[in-house]
Amino acid sequence: MFETLTDRFDDIFTRLRGRGRISEADLDQALREIRLALLDGDVHLDVVRELVNKIRARAAGADLAKSLTPAQQVLKIVGEELTAILGGEPLRISYASMPPTVVLLAGLQGSGKTSTAAKLACWFRAQGRHPLLVAADLQRPAAVEQLRVLGRQVGAAVFSAPTDPVDVARRGVAEAIRVGRDVAIIDTAGRVSVDAALMEEVRSVARATSPRYTFLVLDAMTGQDAVATAVAFHEALNLDGAILTKLDGDARGGAALSFAKVVGRPIAFVSTGERVDDFETFRPERIAGRILGMGDVLSLIERAEQTEDGDGAGRVKDRMRSGRFSLEDFYDQLQRMKRLGPLSGIVGMLPGLPKEMRNAPVDESNVTRIEAIIESMTPAERDDPAIINGSRRSRIAAGSGTKPAEVNDLLNRFREMQKLMRSSGMMAGARPGGRRDKRKGGRVTPARSR
Amino acid sequence: MRVRRHRGEETVRRAEPAGAGAPSADGSPGRSRLAARLDRTRQAVAPPFGRIRGERVDEATLDELEETLLLADVGPRATGRILDALRDRVGRGALGAAPGSLVEAVRAEIEGVFSREDRALRISEEPPSVWLFVGVNGVGKTTTIGKVAAQQVARGRNVVIAAGDTFRAAAGDQLASWAERCGATFVRGADGADPSSVIFDAVGHAVARGADLVLADSAGRLHTKANLMAELRKVRRVADRPPGKLCEVLLVIDATTGQNGLVQAREFANAVAVTGIVLTKLDGTAKGGIVLAIREELGVPIKLVGIGEDADDLVAFDPADFASALVGE
Repeated sequence: MFETLTDRFDDIFTRLRGRGRISEADLDQALREIRLALLDGDVHLDVVRELVNKIRARAAGADLAKSLTPAQQVLKIVGEELTAILGGEPLRISYASMPPTVVLLAGLQGSGKTSTAAKLACWFRAQGRHPLLVAADLQRPAAVEQLRVLGRQVGAAVFSAPTDPVDVARRGVAEAIRVGRDVAIIDTAGRVSVDAALMEEVRSVARATSPRYTFLVLDAMTGQDAVATAVAFHEALNLDGAILTKLDGDARGGAALSFAKVVGRPIAFVSTGERVDDFETFRPERIAGRILGMGDVLSLIERAEQTEDGDGAGRVKDRMRSGRFSLEDFYDQLQRMKRLGPLSGIVGMLPGLPKEMRNAPVDESNVTRIEAIIESMTPAERDDPAIINGSRRSRIAAGSGTKPAEVNDLLNRFREMQKLMRSSGMMAGARPGGRRDKRKGGRVTPARSR
Repeated sequence: MRVRRHRGEETVRRAEPAGAGAPSADGSPGRSRLAARLDRTRQAVAPPFGRIRGERVDEATLDELEETLLLADVGPRATGRILDALRDRVGRGALGAAPGSLVEAVRAEIEGVFSREDRALRISEEPPSVWLFVGVNGVGKTTTIGKVAAQQVARGRNVVIAAGDTFRAAAGDQLASWAERCGATFVRGADGADPSSVIFDAVGHAVARGADLVLADSAGRLHTKANLMAELRKVRRVADRPPGKLCEVLLVIDATTGQNGLVQAREFANAVAVTGIVLTKLDGTAKGGIVLAIREELGVPIKLVGIGEDADDLVAFDPADFASALVGE
């Protein structure tokens, strides 16, 4: 399992505390780590090169001083550069003045086009639209049937015909007009970009239907090939963006960065699970940390912000940053997360969680046990778990219907989480109290808020 | 549908060359099909791929080789290992100075990771053998099973296909279509049925019909989902129950997959003891370099390669061909 980038950074920069400047040698080493992390994260080699050079230029010239350690400084720059590439102009769906708004989906075999078509239909319905699904994949056996079943699930009609993809697409749009649907989503067959005939075919589909949006459906686990594929499809279809699928896996998703950088179009949507509503618009900051292997600390904070009132959100953020994040706060976060939706997607965002916990069932029953354990603690114990000795542990276990070992387990993992929150470069702030601060001047000023 | 009992003398599980259906592991139709597909890629793909220009034994050529390997998804660590080994040889003067010797050395290094014996697909002398196909979503399990069924039927085997993907909409229909085309028997359950029970039924069916081989499909699943991996472990246990002989657990990996392919292989191997890899979609621009790390770190052999969507687009894995394609020759 890969160490997180922050772990490795901590190693490099441990020696540097107390110095105000980062030497070229140390910067080189840090950049090697970043390069490795990005390549491990499946970012395309050319994009990695360009990024590393840019980060080097910014870090070398930067006035590494007062409020940030060198590690934090460099990580902050890395995060900003990634977000800049992934951010750009977000895609806001607008609708054709003369319906239907045609959306064309293209991509390699197995990327998730058919599932995405259904999810898009579901998404459009939630926006108050009335989509028609057009099943223009006549290549794969039972692809039309698959879309029909999915269409029933999401409440969208499906059009197809046993002719040819171009004809189906054209007639599908005509059908949308005929039955008054304002969105037509065209699913096409998967194809490899080196198949000239099939690339010409999808061009013909586009010519016949004049889509308002053409999306490349891109599997999050795609490696270096993301660029070759994206470039080929972009040249053929003039893509408006990509839809990144299977983000509920643990692929780091560097393909998203490569796409955004090389094609210069945004990631429009992401698919985060197997259900039809596991579909959302893309938020760049979420994937930046994931690509680096850092987990998604930012998102955690952001979600806390979204669901809490202004005051509360700021409080939690500060507590996370300063390392005072307590079990009480964790419990509150769990409650908030429950309101946000199924936990599996969200736990994937918690950094530094041991893989077993991250992948292991963060199903509801597990969270219930965690909640029960915390509920059985006294406020003092939640505030300072260090006081939990054997007898307290037994009492907590008995009270929550769990075993002392489980209580121990939770406390260990929580400690790890706290440690990572403190040392994460994304959240500059006070150093943990236990470490001696050798920085010149001694005082640590809080980071400016993002 | 041709029905012929498979007869053999041995009583132990016997290995046979893979790419079953192609005349032999080295049979021309299989190779020329692969060559044609690779040519198509070579012609279509302009620089920046195939970047090795240097012929001399120097650092510049090593850099180009590093690029080539990284772009093929070999991954930074495995690439580093290969180049370190090479630098070591260069340093010791163990490499000739002939033009192209660095490239050839890398090619040989890659080929050496694999073994030609790897690609054998095991079949039991006491039928029915069971081959279980597993993998994450969208890699090509169902299409691969369709191809394997067609090729096995073509060589005279009595094949039963078990529609073990009871989750995906119309997965059964997709597989039924393949079965119909090649004349294999098809066993399915209701939508949402327990996949283990479908496979169990299929094995029973195979026994009753005297079939040689059961090809069991499974639903695509991300290895990050603990409950689905638990379900898969159960599927494997049931597939391994007598009278069926579970001879192969084949993990299907998409050639476009990046470093996550190694994670997939590790997780699936831990869960269900994978016996071999099927590397699919090698007919595109992706090189599938991640299987190098999979073979090296996990010891899982690569058995089959998928190069298209037709029944004939499945060939035995050839280490020499693979290595040449990786270095862009």
